[in-house]
Amino acid sequence: MTVDLKTARQCYAQRLGDNALVLSQRLIELVADGPELEEELANANIALDYIGQARMFYSYAGELEGRGRTEDDFAFLRDSPEFQNLLLLEQPNGHFGDTIARQVLFETFYARLLDALVECRDPRLAEIAARAVKEVRYHLRHLSQWLVRLGDGTDESHTRAQASVDSLWRFTGEMFAGDEVDALLRDELDGPDLEAIHAHWRTDIAAVLDEATLSMPEDGWMDGGGRRGVHTEHLGYLIAEMQHLQRTYPGADW
Amino acid sequence: MGKRQSAPTPDLAAIWACLEDVADPEIPILSLIDLGIIRDVRLADNGVDVDVAPTYSGCPATEVIEQLVVDAVRANTGREVRVHRVLSSPWTTDWISDAGRRKLTDYGIAPPSGSAGKRSLLGEDRPAACPRCASTETTRVSEFGSTPCKASYKCDACLEPFEYFKCL
Repeated sequence: MTVDLKTARQCYAQRLGDNALVLSQRLIELVADGPELEEELANANIALDYIGQARMFYSYAGELEGRGRTEDDFAFLRDSPEFQNLLLLEQPNGHFGDTIARQVLFETFYARLLDALVECRDPRLAEIAARAVKEVRYHLRHLSQWLVRLGDGTDESHTRAQASVDSLWRFTGEMFAGDEVDALLRDELDGPDLEAIHAHWRTDIAAVLDEATLSMPEDGWMDGGGRRGVHTEHLGYLIAEMQHLQRTYPGADW
Repeated sequence: MGKRQSAPTPDLAAIWACLEDVADPEIPILSLIDLGIIRDVRLADNGVDVDVAPTYSGCPATEVIEQLVVDAVRANTGREVRVHRVLSSPWTTDWISDAGRRKLTDYGIAPPSGSAGKRSLLGEDRPAACPRCASTETTRVSEFGSTPCKASYKCDACLEPFEYFKCL
């Protein structure tokens, strides 16, 4: 399938919206279940930033599509094969170390991606990215400190944090495995170059893992499929919970 | 085109002035002007256009603020009001006016110190002083607070907890 540039931009905006929404929904699951009050606040605030970003990306995708779909239509009226988020983000929260590891692996990538998007020639994506990157850098500062605290903490926390990074590593390859949509954005609109971002990401992650006294896993077989709507078994449950109200009372509004 | 028979032409300065009286819903001590989110006001034949910059991506007050702008400007001009959400250049705490910073301090919230940017990324972002006793000896309790824009601190001198408007 070949896509034109307009379709590619719509798809790109929608994917960024999917990433933000799925991650925020995961974090919302932790509300009232945080390990301590400060982390409760942090999770809720980070989730809120991501909902805001999802809304902006979906609104833009809907405008490009031109069929009147709203941000809510994207969030509540699509089934899992239509979501094109990264598989990493739909993984369950697990224990606190798993949540932190997932977040650091993704947000380190996302911050670099947004930096690149700010420079791209799609003005709307650049604007959204300019706002979002400030929030993501702030999250990252907080999350990285936690990974360091866990990794460089007790034997128990070190072992578990290493296991978290190891078990999520197979989902990191997908972040850099672009398809024709990514290629079009890069070639036609000076969009993010995933190869360059991969190199930056490895340097950034190596630095935080080193400080956390954790070792960087070897790149082995990498999972993937999010860009094609092929997901792990976890996404369906997440979507079922997120869309429950809208599916039970179609058109409900307040 | 014939002369339009309509209400007296609204005065731009009066519209800006009326927005001085619109309080931010989450930090009511600040007006929308203090906060620096009103970017432009334009008069058109058929109404008034106001550009508003959202603060944080997920700020739940965004819609409320837009409605408050519509209500205030409509009351002031009697005309249709259209609010446009503008993203560039993105709002940062640098947009908060000097008057707004003084009001924050008086209210018990430490204003953002310095300018947004690399500082906040490198973890050097911290309040200049306790808003109650002005001591510079403060300790961060949490990087996140009751709203997306604030972090939680305590003062080591007067021991009072206080909120800090993050420099972001």
